[in-house]
Amino acid sequence: MAQTITEKIFSLHSLKKVFAGDFVIANLDWIFAHDSSTLWVLEPFKKLGRKVARPSKTIIFFDHVFPAPRVEIANFQLKIQEFAKREKIRIIKEGVCHQVLVEKFVRPGELVVGGDSHTPTIGALGALAIGLGSSDIAIAMAFGKQYFLVPDSIKVEVTGKFKRGTFPKDLALVLAQKIGPEGANYKVIEWTGETISRMSVSERMTLTNMSAEMGAKTSICPPDKMVENFLKKHNRSFKFDKRQLISDKNAKYCLSLTLDVSKIPPLIAKPHEIDKVVEVKKLEKEKIPVDQVFIGSCTNGRIEDLEIAFKILSKARKIKTKLIIVPASHRVYLEAIKRRYIQFFIKIGAIIFPPGCGPCLGRHGGVLGDGEVCISTSNRNFPGRMGSPKALIFLASPATAAASAVKGFITDPRRFL
Amino acid sequence: MNWIFGDNINTDLITPGRYNLEIKPKKLAKIAFCEYLPEFSKKVKKDDFIIAGRNFGCGSSRESAVLALKGLKIKAIFAKSFSRIFYRNCLNHGLLAIEADLGSVDKNDKLVLDLKRKILYNKTKNKKIPLRIPELMIKAHQKGGILSILKKHGFKAIQK
Repeated sequence: MAQTITEKIFSLHSLKKVFAGDFVIANLDWIFAHDSSTLWVLEPFKKLGRKVARPSKTIIFFDHVFPAPRVEIANFQLKIQEFAKREKIRIIKEGVCHQVLVEKFVRPGELVVGGDSHTPTIGALGALAIGLGSSDIAIAMAFGKQYFLVPDSIKVEVTGKFKRGTFPKDLALVLAQKIGPEGANYKVIEWTGETISRMSVSERMTLTNMSAEMGAKTSICPPDKMVENFLKKHNRSFKFDKRQLISDKNAKYCLSLTLDVSKIPPLIAKPHEIDKVVEVKKLEKEKIPVDQVFIGSCTNGRIEDLEIAFKILSKARKIKTKLIIVPASHRVYLEAIKRRYIQFFIKIGAIIFPPGCGPCLGRHGGVLGDGEVCISTSNRNFPGRMGSPKALIFLASPATAAASAVKGFITDPRRFL
Repeated sequence: MNWIFGDNINTDLITPGRYNLEIKPKKLAKIAFCEYLPEFSKKVKKDDFIIAGRNFGCGSSRESAVLALKGLKIKAIFAKSFSRIFYRNCLNHGLLAIEADLGSVDKNDKLVLDLKRKILYNKTKNKKIPLRIPELMIKAHQKGGILSILKKHGFKAIQK
């Protein structure tokens, strides 16, 4: 019987042929958590009374609130360090977990679990990467395996060329608007089509990342030449049977959609829901003053994102808002220095934070005050997400964010491109 | 008492990020809904029910959201649907999360949950609501969560 790529990866990891709806115990290739989610891993892990099953395949990232801004947090990080030392597992402090995993560790076809809801980001490599809670990560660490229900898949075929001023973020917002915050709950979003095959791994990561906001269990782009080249560039060999990592022709999907990107204008999600999506052009007329612009995060903190921000900002050479830029990883940071983006950003008054989650979760720098308006390139605009519950968060592409920093109000990026 | 919520209640509302630094359920209990519904953690009583709309527990994977509600000794959460990570966290800790559309329920309606028969009785409105609860959820609830089951018996115990 025909299988989706998701069913194939689950079959490979549970050593039997499985289909959507089957209950499986699957072996895991990578298990990770971060400085926040590990907090709640420690107790359940202790309760299980075991050692870490696969220390070389288990990683803790310090990215959410690092370096620590408060004594309690610093003490928690010490506790995590003790745990990591005792269990002989690595702690990595060089950027957002999903970004570093894609740059350095994961290969297509692998099964990954992460103690973070945006773990699906890694699916851009053609791996199955599932976000879990901390107790589940404790179980995964202790046993090296985990229980799952094999999910249904939604096929999203993308056609057409991006118009000037529109990017993968705008495409993700279109899907959010179409299926809503629960539209992919318990399901996998599989991205296919000519447009996806032209997209870089970085661009695909924006799509797989945003799938979490639609409730997806995970999101995947079947691996191809683009992934092969990416892995070569990142010093990882690419050896697998490609037939195993592509959905069969007659595989079953619970929903199939086609999206034409050539019809998409620059979009923005208004507070406080991901599917409150409107055209930037329409909102521009309202001249909404912006206090803070945040360019970064696991959604849009990669070199391509900084490149487009640079392109727009270098036309204006000045900004009217607080502008916080956070490269997603050390690798991205170094590349941005090499290309002289960072010098330029600092010269025009932007603030550069060290690689990590930055202001996205309202616990580190860049916390919003009552009534402040922020345009963020991240993925959540919930009330209180970035600080005060009275702040307003708009989500958009790095281009829209940069254009708005220049003008001081929500601005269509096409003016600068 | 029944605490009635709408759709898409996310975990940032249950345990907001910047208060989200506790591990112990008893301490987390104090921050549950502290900004969204400040009276909640003060007035909620043991064995109260939460009744919600669609996609309860969406957003961040933070386990604190489940631990806080468990710390308050909520008897069960009924929602039209749950976000998947939140649901798994409930399973692991044995907090009853039951997918059901209860129709109209008022906050003071007297509800009686019969897990054996999988029925919820609304004594005030004299209604009987059949429930579909997966065996794994019932088993997890009885044994104090999947964590406890795995500790004692390993994965064999939860394999169908």
